[in-house]
Amino acid sequence: MPSCDAIIIGGGTNGLACAARLAASGRRVTVLEAAPAMGGGASTVEFAPGYRVSGLAHLVLNLDPRVVQGMDLARHGLGYATTNLATTALSATGDHLRLDGPFGAHAPGLSEADRAAWAALRSRLLAFARVLAPFNAMAPPRIARRAGNDTLRLAKLGLGVRALGKEEFREFLRMILINVADVLEDDLTDDRLRGALAFDATLGAWLGPRSPNSLILLLNRLAGAQGALAVPQGGMGAVAGAMTRAATAAGVALRCGAKVARVLVTGDAASGVMLDTGEELHAPLVISAINPRVTFQRLVGPQHLDAGFFTRTGHIRSRGGAAKLHLALKGLPDFRGADPTTRLVIAPSVGVVENAFNAVKYAEVPDAPVMEVILPSAHGTGMAPDGCHSLSAIVQFAPHAPENPDAARAQMLEAALRQLEAHAPGLRGLILHAELLMPYDIAAKFGMEGGNWHHGELAVEQMLFLRPLPEAAQYATPLPGLWLAGAGSHPGGGISGAAGWNAADRIIKVLK
Amino acid sequence: MIYDAVIIGAGHNGLVTGAYLARAGMKVCIVEKNDWIGGAAVSRELYPGFTYSNCSYVSSLFRPEIMRDLELPKHGLQILPYEGGAVLTRDGGYLAMFRDHDANRREFARHSPRDAEAYDRYSRDILRHCRFIRPLLMRTPPDPSSFRPRDLSELAFLGRQMFDLSETRIYEMIRFWTMSISDYLDEYFENPVIKAYLAVSAIIGTALGPMSPGSAYVLLHHYMGDVDGNVGAWGFARGGMGSISRALGASFAAAGGEIRAGKGVERILVAGGQAKGVVLEGGDEVLGHRVISNMDVKRTFLKHVDEAQLPAGFVKKVRNFKTRGSSGKLNIALDAAPRFTALPDGAPMYRGDLHFTDSIERMERAYDDWKSGRFSRDPFQDVMIPTMIDPTMTPPGKHFMSCFVQYAPPRIAGAEWTDADRDAFGQTCINQIETYAPGFKDLILHMEVRTPRELEAEVGLTEGNIFQGELTFDQLLFNRPVPGYAQYRSPIKDLWMCGSSTHPGGGVMGAPGRNAAAEVLREARLGSDMSDAYAVL
Repeated sequence: MPSCDAIIIGGGTNGLACAARLAASGRRVTVLEAAPAMGGGASTVEFAPGYRVSGLAHLVLNLDPRVVQGMDLARHGLGYATTNLATTALSATGDHLRLDGPFGAHAPGLSEADRAAWAALRSRLLAFARVLAPFNAMAPPRIARRAGNDTLRLAKLGLGVRALGKEEFREFLRMILINVADVLEDDLTDDRLRGALAFDATLGAWLGPRSPNSLILLLNRLAGAQGALAVPQGGMGAVAGAMTRAATAAGVALRCGAKVARVLVTGDAASGVMLDTGEELHAPLVISAINPRVTFQRLVGPQHLDAGFFTRTGHIRSRGGAAKLHLALKGLPDFRGADPTTRLVIAPSVGVVENAFNAVKYAEVPDAPVMEVILPSAHGTGMAPDGCHSLSAIVQFAPHAPENPDAARAQMLEAALRQLEAHAPGLRGLILHAELLMPYDIAAKFGMEGGNWHHGELAVEQMLFLRPLPEAAQYATPLPGLWLAGAGSHPGGGISGAAGWNAADRIIKVLK
Repeated sequence: MIYDAVIIGAGHNGLVTGAYLARAGMKVCIVEKNDWIGGAAVSRELYPGFTYSNCSYVSSLFRPEIMRDLELPKHGLQILPYEGGAVLTRDGGYLAMFRDHDANRREFARHSPRDAEAYDRYSRDILRHCRFIRPLLMRTPPDPSSFRPRDLSELAFLGRQMFDLSETRIYEMIRFWTMSISDYLDEYFENPVIKAYLAVSAIIGTALGPMSPGSAYVLLHHYMGDVDGNVGAWGFARGGMGSISRALGASFAAAGGEIRAGKGVERILVAGGQAKGVVLEGGDEVLGHRVISNMDVKRTFLKHVDEAQLPAGFVKKVRNFKTRGSSGKLNIALDAAPRFTALPDGAPMYRGDLHFTDSIERMERAYDDWKSGRFSRDPFQDVMIPTMIDPTMTPPGKHFMSCFVQYAPPRIAGAEWTDADRDAFGQTCINQIETYAPGFKDLILHMEVRTPRELEAEVGLTEGNIFQGELTFDQLLFNRPVPGYAQYRSPIKDLWMCGSSTHPGGGVMGAPGRNAAAEVLREARLGSDMSDAYAVL
């Protein structure tokens, strides 16, 4: 006896987006979340008494407008403390570079030559990103003879690129798989700007700025809001809260603390799930918004899948290279005069970013990690006791599987604090409490394999119709009745809800 | 006298272009700065009685079509296939490789039975990727931004090539082209030594590490060759790599071509937006209806053409073309055969290539040094002793050893290489060999150490890049050397390119030279008497 029309495994942003969209189509939907609260990577945590930060992701970058409008998140309480967040590319000598507006629209601190070069490069990259953006709001097209509509969609996209003009079209083809370092070094001379851009391109990725295919990640980052960053009021938990309320209002049944142990298969099709308590829930539609590798390898298992496909689900690469640092501070740190309400980036040059990546290739901790620092308490009240501050930083690169996890964590924390102290002298003296989540801690806490935010590396060979695997790229899987809707599917993660929304669209279209 | 074509540089591509044009009836003159011909495919006596292949050292990529067309065997070229090789491991063992697939499989099984199984699958998959790409080598890349009928039909051809594959194969192909060789091998193999051996072709001559995305394609680039119809097989040219150049030179001469060696080109003569010939060092002019440069694209346009003659956008793109050298070379005359502790005496592995890098991690760390502007402290070396197969290169009982080394940067910490840097680099390499072959150093009669600096100075390769330009997607196919100029033509009328900077890139392959000749002849056929030229191609 089916409990509902659709069961969604995982109540992260994608699970919730998918649920709301399906509920709006008239289906009865149940979302099962293993954690005590909905939201997945979008959360606000109190990591020390009175000190709150976003638990993982800490900025809104590409929240899908379809989700924002379709779920009416503003009405359900999502507000922003800061929009169009500025970036300060920190210098250890205090010679910072401030980048205002979306994707550094204004950078008065650059030399005249660099200002012109940056304006040209910036508009070129934004134009490329605009051309690619429509991809994110659709199921990836298949590449094959007789793929029908898909070929048409591809052709349409091709025309979009061609419409950039002959010269830009050629540049697009040249640059699409290029490494970001070469582009930055060809066009710009300012190390602060080059470092910050190299950092942005590789944020959350498992490659360095000199790795080919790294520019496309920067384009992907720009595809959403053309690079505009925002800090939600009350941290990222506000996004989760608004989505949860919206889903509830749409009639979705939400269950926290419900960990799925297995996908049930009847005949040749998924028919429900079994929780780790032994409880069974039945539905003709099972949608996994959690990690695809976990879904196939652990929840489904080899007995229900083609052997080749099963093997390849084990090859989905999911190395995370980002650590998350939370500090409770008894005062405001002084980053040599930098505006504490901006995003503070410590990535002094392309080389420093690249060197930080070198170490993790060998599961080691880098001497000088690069990082993105936010002071949530500087953006709104309630994030820290009066006069005190919380600090949230994404620190790269951190090894996802070091030999000694505890030693690596301690070493990484020390390296991160050393970097911070070098840029904000006296910061160490303000620390009341420090917490560092290594990729393996993130894996354990959020169910992200390897600690990778995207539930599978966002890399060209795992993008679009290859994400997470060609057979499951259009959200349907080889097991009838089982669908994917998580960040491991196209277009990837980063608190956008796009994968969940696309999946719901696809399900509605296919099963209508 | 006005030649039909003046070719700058008697490297193998220049010779190939020259030979095709001369055979089609053109009056061709090749000008060469060195006293000898061959560019990077040379045999030179740098120590009495010893023939050195002192730049390129093995052959496989050279297109068999060209060998037939230009009758190179008749002109003395003989390729000797070699046996395989071995990786010597730090624990004193080895992994051998043989030409024979089944022998390989047995050797793999000794290290990992599971990998021996995977090897069949791996070989089949790689061969499939090779088969797809090989037909593209001998074609001029289409300009995707053009609506001319020829470009459209070429694009359609490419599309058909791809869409003729099954959907699964298309995805496999795209994955393969964009992946790192390390990730790719991880999907097949578990044994680190096996992976290290197979990753080698993905880093040779490239400023990429085995963990860099795109390195799997570079592997393919090295596998595209064949010797006697064996895809992926490699061989030595009897008498050293110069034999290829000698045979090409003889074929060119037999067709009536002229070579003027010993004087470099000072500049390319351009008048009214049209190339008219070249001015040699010393002032002599060689005039021609067209000028074809076998030099790399940077050297051609940034050093030998007046910038005012070129569109600004083109100059910028040429400047940004990446030619970072990554390789060095040791050429060593040995008093006797070296003995590697791990190998049995007389083992067939001596007749192949020997490596000491027994893990991908070591290879990648060697690359990290390059990125930081250092030569690798623990370099990857491809060591060959061609005299084990071809005794004609040295006096009896003596040997010539060629060590190809990754990585050596174009500059050391941002400064030019000094002689001291070069010597330290050479010592690092021979110290590594000595640990695997104690007593080796005592056998050295003469040693030549070449860094990117030497390669640039002698062969003229900008920054010492052996492929005249890196092999990443932004510099391949219609992007090579720069978008819009991938069809061997340049912004200057009658100034052409035929070197490895053009599609399909470097290695002693000859394909760029042959493709360039085809384009020249195609254009010249309009209103000329070369109607049968096309039949040659």
